[in-house]
Amino acid sequence: MEKTVNQKAWFLVLPVLVLVAFSAVIPLMTVVNYSVQDTFGNNQFFWAGLEWFKEMLDSERMWNALGRQLMFSGIILLIEVPLGVFVALNMPKSGFWSSFCLVLMSLPLLIPWNVVGTIWQIFGRVDIGLLGYTLDALGIDYNYTQDTVAAWITIVVMDVWHWTSLVALLAYAGLKSIPDAYYQAAKIDQASRWKVFRYIELPKMMGVLMIAILLRFMDSFMIYTEPFVVTGGGPGNATTLLSIDLVKMALGQFDLGPAAAFSLMYFLVILLISWVFYTVMINLEKREG
Amino acid sequence: MDWMAWTWPTAIFFMVIASLLIIFTVLAIKFPETPRMGILRIDTTRGDRLFITLLGSAFINIAWLGLVGTNQPYAMIVCLIYAAAVFRWV
Repeated sequence: MEKTVNQKAWFLVLPVLVLVAFSAVIPLMTVVNYSVQDTFGNNQFFWAGLEWFKEMLDSERMWNALGRQLMFSGIILLIEVPLGVFVALNMPKSGFWSSFCLVLMSLPLLIPWNVVGTIWQIFGRVDIGLLGYTLDALGIDYNYTQDTVAAWITIVVMDVWHWTSLVALLAYAGLKSIPDAYYQAAKIDQASRWKVFRYIELPKMMGVLMIAILLRFMDSFMIYTEPFVVTGGGPGNATTLLSIDLVKMALGQFDLGPAAAFSLMYFLVILLISWVFYTVMINLEKREG
Repeated sequence: MDWMAWTWPTAIFFMVIASLLIIFTVLAIKFPETPRMGILRIDTTRGDRLFITLLGSAFINIAWLGLVGTNQPYAMIVCLIYAAAVFRWV
């Protein structure tokens, strides 16, 4: 039977297009518009050309924030991905304990960002927080409000605590989809535990792991609330990540032009990395079949 | 629309992007194509190549601004060469 071609259904997506234009496209265009202008308040704007982009590119502040941001994303990926896979490999495969683990693992994912931030802010305090107090009692010099290393360890551990479950759950889903026949074949060949992981489990998990890495990278690259609640970007600028710096510039100092230029470059980097990940993911899927 | 402080350069910038999108949509409907594999070893259609061109051009312009700093319009020449290369080989 020949299908009739009718493109009129496309009109049904019009309301969504209008909504997206109103909530995303036009605001993005406004940012581009602000990035080439200067304002002294009173809604009066003056043409500035590419001045703000130049200023941002020459600004040590932005490069430092970018460096810290890349370091943060790199560290949490290096910890969360292997740890998540390790947890997934050791989770019970079926029965009551499997469901129990799944629920337990989902719990941190359900907590809102600012609540996680508050939990760790209090948890780490030397005077009333369990972690801070214990470390202090053990004689370890830990104070995340004054010591850079302590502040970094706190926000990294907090992120690991919050998001490793996501990687673990995705990896677990990938593991569950491997048919038993693969394991049986490996057993017949007397493959070692490592070889089973390297040649069966890891390739089969690759697709979901890429999604996990992409999600974690994007989320951590745009992270704001959690480190802001815990350290406020301090001590000094030690934990001022990109979005914290951006908000300081845009809302704290009300430098709309530089902040707009900054956020556009931030957006381009995210767009580039998402595209690379997406392309790699699609091609992995195609190769698998 | 005065309160949004739109400027002509921004308007032209978006008009160019919008018309590129419209042209490529029309092209895709009138002359359907199959994806091909280029030097990046990924399947690309005309639309993908347009995306790679636009994104790359943004980075070329920023790099020009950061490294050269003057004569920004010349960056557009680099972008055009880059675009031609993308459409030919990617």
